[in-house]
Amino acid sequence: MITRLTLAALMATLALPALADEPGPGGSRPPIPKDGADIYKTYCQVCHMADAKGAVGAGMFPALAQNQRIGTAQYAIYLIAKGKGGMPYFSDSLTPAQIADVTNYIRTHFGNAYKDTVTAADVAPFATPPTQARR
Amino acid sequence: MESGRQTPTRRQLLHAIGLMGGTAAMYQMMTTFGHAAESRFPGTPSLSGARKGASVIVLGAGLAGMLAAYELEKAGYSVRIIEYQDRPGGRNWSLRGGDKFTEMGGATQTVNFAKGNFFNPGPWRIPHHHHTLLHYCKKFGVKLEPFIQFNHNAYVHNVDAFGGTPQRFRAVAADFEGNVAELLSKAIDQKSLDTRLSPEDVDRFKEALRTWGMLDQDMRYTKSLRTSSHRGFELPPGGGVNGAPKPSDLLPLDQVIKSGVAQNMAFFMNDEMQTTMFQPVGGMDMIGKGFAKQVDRLITYNAKVTRLMQDKSGVSVTYTDIVKGGTVTTKADFCVCTIPLTVLSQIETNLSDKKTAAIQAVPYSNSVKIGLEMRRRFWEEDQDIYGGHSFTSQEIGLVSYPNNNFFEDGPAVLLGAFSSGAGGYRLGGMTPEQRIEVALAQGEVFHPKTYRKEFMNGVSVAWNRIPWVMGCCARWNEDTRRDHYQELVALEDRIVLAGEHASYVGCWMEGSLLSSIDAITRLHKRAMEA
Repeated sequence: MITRLTLAALMATLALPALADEPGPGGSRPPIPKDGADIYKTYCQVCHMADAKGAVGAGMFPALAQNQRIGTAQYAIYLIAKGKGGMPYFSDSLTPAQIADVTNYIRTHFGNAYKDTVTAADVAPFATPPTQARR
Repeated sequence: MESGRQTPTRRQLLHAIGLMGGTAAMYQMMTTFGHAAESRFPGTPSLSGARKGASVIVLGAGLAGMLAAYELEKAGYSVRIIEYQDRPGGRNWSLRGGDKFTEMGGATQTVNFAKGNFFNPGPWRIPHHHHTLLHYCKKFGVKLEPFIQFNHNAYVHNVDAFGGTPQRFRAVAADFEGNVAELLSKAIDQKSLDTRLSPEDVDRFKEALRTWGMLDQDMRYTKSLRTSSHRGFELPPGGGVNGAPKPSDLLPLDQVIKSGVAQNMAFFMNDEMQTTMFQPVGGMDMIGKGFAKQVDRLITYNAKVTRLMQDKSGVSVTYTDIVKGGTVTTKADFCVCTIPLTVLSQIETNLSDKKTAAIQAVPYSNSVKIGLEMRRRFWEEDQDIYGGHSFTSQEIGLVSYPNNNFFEDGPAVLLGAFSSGAGGYRLGGMTPEQRIEVALAQGEVFHPKTYRKEFMNGVSVAWNRIPWVMGCCARWNEDTRRDHYQELVALEDRIVLAGEHASYVGCWMEGSLLSSIDAITRLHKRAMEA
C-alpha cells in the first residue's frame, strides 16, 4: 500500500504538464545522490562552482567557501529549501534529510568548519514545496 | 431526447462516423467554432503622438527590448537600448562554426561545426498559434520552415522498461491505446463503469474504442495486420510474389506502462507542443537579427547595468563598459527594463519594496542543451528518422534530430541533450568535456553502432552558467503568481518591466513579445497623461 501511494505521489509530480518550452516528459533523471558531497555535485556546483567560490557575470553567484552567513545553519537551510532571487527552492526536489546532508557538507567543507550539525527535523518546518501552477 | 432532437439510430450514427472521417473532421469543426486561436496577440500596437523630445531607455536587447524600442521609436520617442552582450537577441541565440563563448566559472568553448550547420541553445521551435512572433517574423522577412515536432518513428526509452531497449514511439503508443481500448470495453461489458451513457451511447462508445484501439470483432487487441497498421509490421507490405505483409508481435502491457509512453502522448497534446511547429531557416537567431535590423543603431553593447534609479524628473541608468572599462550614467524620461530577474534582483534600484519583493520572488529554470555534430545523417540513412525527438528517462532527456537539409551528405548537428530539473543541474555542474561524454554515453542507446563512431565535435550550453541571464526562464508557481505577479508587471512611476518573466507564456518568445506590447502600451498612456 505504501509503495502504491508513493508511486501515486511520484506520478503526480511527473505528470505536471510542461507548458514552458521544456524538454518533455520523463527525462533528465540523474543517479540518486548518496551523500552531502554528491548532493552538492548534483545540485549546487552548477552555480556555486566545484570549489564553491561562486562566479560573476551580469550578476553573481555567491561564494559558499569561507562563508560567514552560513554560520547560522537556519539561514542555509532556509535558502536551500525556500530559495531567493535567482536561487531556486529545493523543497520540491530534495527531501528534508537531503537538505540536512548538503547543509552539513557545505558547512564543514570549502574552508567552513562549523561544529553544529543539522538533521531532517530541523529542515522539516521549511520543507513544504509551493503549489505548482499550470502556467 | 430532452432537447427535442431525435437520437440517431446506431446505423445512422455509424454512417455519420464514416462520413466524418474522425479527427480531421473534428478539427475542422473546432476551428469553425474558433477554438484554435490560443495566443492573445492584440495586433501591432498603434502608438503615436509621443510628446516632443520624450525619451525612453530600454534595458536589454532581447526580443522584448527590441520590440519595445522599435514600436516606441515609431510612436515618436527618442529611444536607446543598453545591452550587456556584444550581440542582439538575448536568449534568441544560435551557435555556428567559429563562435566562441565563456561560461561562468571560466570554461570557454569554441564551436567547430561545418559551414552552414547551427545549434539553437535557447528557443528552437515555434507553435503555429504564437501569432505575435509569427507576425513580426513575416514583417521583418524571417523565413520559417517546418519543425518536425512529432515523429512516430523516433524512439521511446526508459531504463526501467523493455530491459532498457528503446522502442519505436508508434509501437508503444499503439499498444498503449489498444490495451486501453480493450480493457475499457471489457469494463463496459462487466457493467463496472458508471458511464452515464444510454445503451445506444454505449454502443457508439464501444465502436469508437474498436476503431481507435484497432480492436478485432471480439473487441480484443491482438497480433494482426490490423494492429500492425498502427504499430508497424514484422514484414511491411511489398510488391510481387513475396509482397504479403507479416504482422508484428505486441509488447507486454506492463512494460508499455513502465515506458512512460502515456506521458509522451500527453506531451504532444499540450497546446504549445502540438504540430504544426516552425523554426527559422538558418538558425533561431535570424529572428533576433530581424529585429536588430530595425533597431541596431539604438543599441549600446557591452554595457553592464549597475544602478537603476527614478525620481520626479526622470530615470537614470548607470552602466559599466565591460570591454573598455569606465562607468556612465545616462538619463531618460521613461524606462522599459527587460533584464532577467536573476540579474535585476542584484542591481541597485529605488523601486518600491513590493516591486523589489516581486523581483526577488521568482527563481529561474536550469536547462542544459548539447549540440553534437555527426559525420553523416545515420538517423535518416539507417533508421528512417527525419526530425522529431527520441525521448529517454536518462539525464539527457532526449535526442532531437535536425529539421532541415534532409537526405544531404556531410555533417549534421543534432540536439544531444535537453535536460532540466535534477539532470539539468548535474549536467550543468560538469565541465563541457564531461557533458559531451555523458551525452554520447546516454544518446548511443538509440544509435548503438554509429553514435560515437560518427561523432565529430559538440558544444554545451548550461543556462545557469550563461553570464547574461544566469538561468533559463522564470519559474512561477501558484503562490508567487498570487502574491507577486501583478506587482511585477505594474508600471511604477516611470519604469515598467517586460520579458517572458512578465507573462503567462513563460519561456516562450511569444511571452516576451506579448509582455512587451502590454508594457509599452501602458507606458505610452502614462507618458501622454504626464
